Amino acid sequence: MKRLLVSLGYYILMIFLSIYFVFPIIWMIISSVKPSTELFTYPPKFIPSSWHLENFKEAWNAQPFNLYLKNSLLIVIFNTLGQIFSCTLVAYGFARYKFKGRELLFTILLASMMIPWDVTMIPQYVLFKALKWIDTLKPFIIPAWFGGPFYIFLLRQFLLTIPKELEEAAAIDGANPLQTFTKIFLPLMKPAIAILAIFNFVTCWNDFLGPLIFINNPQKYTLMLGVAQFRGLHHIEINKIMAITTIVSLPPLLCYILAQKYFTEGIASVGIKR
Amino acid sequence: MKYNKYIPYLFILPWIIGLLSFTLGPLIFSCIMSFYDWPIVGKTNFIGLKNYIDMFQDPLFYNALKATFRYVLLYVPLNTIFALFCAILINPKFRLTSMFKVLFFLPTIVSGVAIAIVWSWIYDKEYGILNYFLSLLGISGINWLGDRKWSIVSLVIASLWTMGNTMLIFLAALKNVPIELYEAAYIDGATNWQRFLKITLPMISPSILFNLITTLISAFQVLTLALLLTGGGPARSSYVFAMYVYHNAFRYSQLGYAAANAWFMFIIIFILTMILFKTSNLWVYYEAES
Repeated sequence: MKRLLVSLGYYILMIFLSIYFVFPIIWMIISSVKPSTELFTYPPKFIPSSWHLENFKEAWNAQPFNLYLKNSLLIVIFNTLGQIFSCTLVAYGFARYKFKGRELLFTILLASMMIPWDVTMIPQYVLFKALKWIDTLKPFIIPAWFGGPFYIFLLRQFLLTIPKELEEAAAIDGANPLQTFTKIFLPLMKPAIAILAIFNFVTCWNDFLGPLIFINNPQKYTLMLGVAQFRGLHHIEINKIMAITTIVSLPPLLCYILAQKYFTEGIASVGIKR
Repeated sequence: MKYNKYIPYLFILPWIIGLLSFTLGPLIFSCIMSFYDWPIVGKTNFIGLKNYIDMFQDPLFYNALKATFRYVLLYVPLNTIFALFCAILINPKFRLTSMFKVLFFLPTIVSGVAIAIVWSWIYDKEYGILNYFLSLLGISGINWLGDRKWSIVSLVIASLWTMGNTMLIFLAALKNVPIELYEAAYIDGATNWQRFLKITLPMISPSILFNLITTLISAFQVLTLALLLTGGGPARSSYVFAMYVYHNAFRYSQLGYAAANAWFMFIIIFILTMILFKTSNLWVYYEAES
């Protein structure tokens, strides 16, 4: 009897917590298909009397969201390619070689993750302005080709689990360091690269502050900038605002639901430091 | 194995270039900028310590510090406790726990822009769903975003919604606690609460330290939610420090002054992180390396 009560209490608590975590998302979707007349009612209507899927189309067409989507996709694709290129190389260097200054450099890498963005964004703005990168997509693409510390750390953790004999066998076969990296280790790193790509897709897709500071020209807006602007222009049309917010939230949410194993593994490996 | 001793440096070269040009270089450069009058367009001018002197006489500076500290003091402990609580709930292998894990993490994937938009609709004073639910419990008419008593609380509730990363790091730590310890304690007749205090907490204390530090650093930088959810208001009650820096730099075109603001914040974060590190040997338990 006591056992039954405990598990009943457990599931009631879990349901309450699930409501807190999931209901806002459901409420966003419900609000996005409501007719305008049912938004401001009391008590609120939980099930719309009619489903207005055209809200999505109208919201999408109210501003050049096709263009914003193109910009966001360009950033996601070329940023992710850059991170994969640079982070695999750097992580390989840190994980598979012993060299002078390695521990110090790796400590610097970890410490650099803790530098607040507030401090670096202002000089970055001056730098990008001097390079004529303002109002282009370059600030969101080029730095990625020089390695993000978080992903380097992630890939290094993965590489440390691979036994040492592998390079030795490759060296006996006469492979040079670059061949060992591209022919043997790169294929082995596929699962870790998948984690990197998924994380980075969500991060780039969701980024707001970077584009807010480095982009002024509406031709170069990303989706998140477009959504924030849309909300400023249409602040009473809650259903349209929720419709556009739903559209831009769906890709990351679907990505998570399909690849949740990778998220869990990726984050867990960060917590356990060697 | 033999190789040219420069090979490893070639592998890490991209990161070194990136560090110097996009992180370390800007860090040093912003310190230099903080001694200049530096508009976005126009001539720069060395002014010594004037930016720092002005800052300490600026009432908005103190306002921003107060708002940020209120947010940090509320958010950091709550986020850590709440995430640990959720991790403990999804740790046992009951039916449906893996589904709950997915549901609890779901909001963490949502962008800051979407979080702000969705929660501002939920918080709406008259038509918001939150006030409707509260009215069923007999609580009425909280002006979540329009009352200076509630604005920081509103930011914290919306921020706690995305505690998924912290939760998953705790979950990984909980899974690593050796079962034998619990079995031994069970034989000795320890209660659940005693086992939590004497085994679980010490064993996961390194992850508590890690989460406290990362949450602290991110909490000091909260900006997207403040910009889009409360707009810093009402009456600047949620005008957090990052917003002060952002406005000084890009609204008032005072890049040098904003750099001084940002360096001040950096030093505060650095000192608090160091305090956490230094006191950690008192409460963080590290297993002897075997």
